[in-house]
Amino acid sequence: MTGAVTYRLQINGADHAVESSWLGESLLYVLRERLGLVGSKNACEEGECGSCSVLVDGRLVCSCLELAAAAEGTEIITVEGLSPDGTLSDVQEALVAEGGVQCGFCTPGFVVAVHDLLDGNASPSPLETKEALAGNLCRCTGYGRIEAAVERVVELRRG
Amino acid sequence: MADGVRVVDRPRTGIGVSTRRPDGGPKVRGEFAYSSDLHADRMLWGRTLRSPHAHARILSIDIGPALTIPGVSAVLTADDVPGRPTYGLTVPDQPVLARDIVRYEGEPVAIVAADHPDTARRAIASIVVEYEVLEAITDPQRALQSPAIHPDGNLIRTVPIRRGDVDAVGSVVVEGTYEMGIQDQAFLGPESGMAVPDGAGGVDLYVATQGLHQDHAQVAPCLGLAPEQVRLHLAGTGGAFGAREDLSMHVHACMLALHVNRPVKMSYLRDESFVGHVRRHPAHMWFRHHATPEGRLVKVEAQILLDGGAYASTSAYTAANSARFACGPYRVPNAVIDATCVRTNNAPSGAMRGFGVVQVCYAHESQMDKLAAAVGLDPVEIRLRNVLARGDELVTGQTVDVPAPVRECLEAAASVPMPPPASDVDDYGLPGGAGRTADRARIRRGVGYAVGFKNLAYAEGYDDDTRARCRLDGGVATITCAAAELGQGFVTVAEQITRTVLGVDQVVLAPASTATIGSAGSSASSRQTYMSGAAIAMACRQVAEGARRAVAHRHAVAVEALEIDEGRIVSRDLSIDIPIGRASEEPLEAEVNHHHRETFPMDPVTGQGDTDVSWVFAANRAVVDVDLDLGLVRVVQMATGQDVGKALNPLSVVGQIEGAVSQGLGLAVMEEVVTTDGIVRNPSFTDYLIPTTADMPPVEITLIEEPEDGAPFGAKGVGETACLSSTPAVVAAIRAATGLELSRVPVRPEDIALADVRREG
Repeated sequence: MTGAVTYRLQINGADHAVESSWLGESLLYVLRERLGLVGSKNACEEGECGSCSVLVDGRLVCSCLELAAAAEGTEIITVEGLSPDGTLSDVQEALVAEGGVQCGFCTPGFVVAVHDLLDGNASPSPLETKEALAGNLCRCTGYGRIEAAVERVVELRRG
Repeated sequence: MADGVRVVDRPRTGIGVSTRRPDGGPKVRGEFAYSSDLHADRMLWGRTLRSPHAHARILSIDIGPALTIPGVSAVLTADDVPGRPTYGLTVPDQPVLARDIVRYEGEPVAIVAADHPDTARRAIASIVVEYEVLEAITDPQRALQSPAIHPDGNLIRTVPIRRGDVDAVGSVVVEGTYEMGIQDQAFLGPESGMAVPDGAGGVDLYVATQGLHQDHAQVAPCLGLAPEQVRLHLAGTGGAFGAREDLSMHVHACMLALHVNRPVKMSYLRDESFVGHVRRHPAHMWFRHHATPEGRLVKVEAQILLDGGAYASTSAYTAANSARFACGPYRVPNAVIDATCVRTNNAPSGAMRGFGVVQVCYAHESQMDKLAAAVGLDPVEIRLRNVLARGDELVTGQTVDVPAPVRECLEAAASVPMPPPASDVDDYGLPGGAGRTADRARIRRGVGYAVGFKNLAYAEGYDDDTRARCRLDGGVATITCAAAELGQGFVTVAEQITRTVLGVDQVVLAPASTATIGSAGSSASSRQTYMSGAAIAMACRQVAEGARRAVAHRHAVAVEALEIDEGRIVSRDLSIDIPIGRASEEPLEAEVNHHHRETFPMDPVTGQGDTDVSWVFAANRAVVDVDLDLGLVRVVQMATGQDVGKALNPLSVVGQIEGAVSQGLGLAVMEEVVTTDGIVRNPSFTDYLIPTTADMPPVEITLIEEPEDGAPFGAKGVGETACLSSTPAVVAAIRAATGLELSRVPVRPEDIALADVRREG
């Protein structure tokens, strides 16, 4: 491959070497195909569906639109980093319990997006939730159970 | 129990309980392996060169430039197809790779394998194909008068129905012409999979699909291999909705893998996906309804034209569904119906949720509203006067001998409290959201109703049987069944059924594969719970029977002295009470081949016949706000009453209904694959819009439970019905808000805002 580069990425608190990567590779591609972190999904690869959502320095982005090499020096959090010990985060637990998961292809993106939403706004209104999640497409659920999962987490965190 | 009272802990994870998905944990953690996640050592990437033309003759293909690119391992064309050159779900009319002619934009012409997806992309771009562009026949209304674009001709099938007095006339007559655009299934998981050569000339394909065995029956002949040399295994499947009924990358990946003797993965990009699978048939429909002055239906006339696209896929059966369900769930004594599906140079149409019925449901429900206006009844009353009930005859002459709670569905939907008025909604909740609404004073609210029904499982004499095996060993039940889990929750229900019958806690679902068991049929036509769920229940019951015999033998009592009760083997006097899971020291195993009741073809002239296995019914009410100036629609609330037989997992059923309603809503107001002369103009999620959280209103659901005799625990399939009636309900609500005719879906902003201009123009 011409234009190959080598660089390091900080993902979920761990240091990863990316070797002989084509410079044009997206962060999504490097996560999935070079580092084996396939939790971030490839539903559209054009920034419309949110299935590849990750946090880069705390910013919610579509990893398909980020150049991987340009993410050197940032802190990247993927869905795999939200339940590192094998348990489920409150958001993950609520999505399963409330029926927010069907085919599940959008689910990792929603997990990241809902964490991002609730970390910034502990009690969003229903419209704020809709607004925040409108960049994540789901074709199976019609979103009703996903929104119910968000409400459950809000209530649980409220205590 | 005759002589004792026994308190049984009913399993909390059995039938009727909303248990959690067994794959839920892996899916939320990102650990569930979808077909596009697969990886193998030495794996190459496959990619497809597709026709840029809707209709063209291939004059030459030069693969030379691609072969010179470092990292490219194989470039294959039609000459390299090792077996049968064509495939197809019902007739093998579609080339694996086009040889002389391409018949739609996106038809595969060549395939490559390379070390990196970008290398594969560059290789595809370097192949030189010389085309002679031919006239594309893309208007289905011209197809039958045009030269044949395929050796099989341009007529795929005409399905007539003649019922009762075909000359009957009602004193009230309403007529309408309706159109439906192309809807894409838009599943999120791309067409993808990995083929792995076995080193002995055979191949294993790990793929996302609705039906492993129906794929296998097409893949092996095209590869020129014996059936046992090709094994298909279900990879994680990211939705389907009909689009994985037909093959996509299956044969291509296997060809490449066998050619280079390395694993090959293929995963379509989204623009490719829009031409990489069959879509919902677009339709032109003319209807004339005759009724009495009281609004009772006298006769329905319908002429339905479906565009099948370039290859047959399941179009012949789609047309039959359009004909059989053209009247909707109403008593119709007389009918003259013709449904025709033609071949064109558009991309192939095929299965999508609601299979041929979504189209006619939009038309017949539009007609019922016209009829209501003509006789001075409200939309609910006109429907209640005509609804089918158990014991009535359909226009095929078949008697509805299962629960048919159409009235109950409609009354449930109609009785849901109305949402707050538009004046109470903040700006964000208005059509178009904050900032895009022209003037609050120009927002109108409307309410619309619709009912629909569809058959369960396959029809017209087709025996879509299924198989399931249950093995009970050491208290663990293992279920083997090739049914494809697409997201619908079959795996959850399979476990629930097993736990309920056998009373065991631990259920293992073996991976679905053609290598371990025969066909379960496809995850289509709302059939898997009904069919394979029943097979699993039967297999478990046979195992329970084995447990009963084992206990009888061990305790030296007659088998008849023991009963199977709530997962236990119990004697009448309760001196023996053993959980089935511990009843036998030897493993117990049973395999069942389950067939639904026999069905029969439609008479080729009259369409009469007992064609269907069972039916499911639903009703929707939609409430919308419409911005008259901008033509924007906000669906405020959907209410659904749905016939479910018995909800085995209520949460799953709710999820199916909400998902179906969202797809129906999308078809009503936003979803359309737009084509110009057969070329798709909007193959992306930027331009093909599906509902987001911001578009979806609350869905108020009432489950109507009238168990069907013989169905597993009384359950009907629930996947499709709510998407039938949600589209016409939304359109009816827009009509109520605007007074417009709206004879085409999706309803676009210009259809509302520029309606006057268009009428005058």
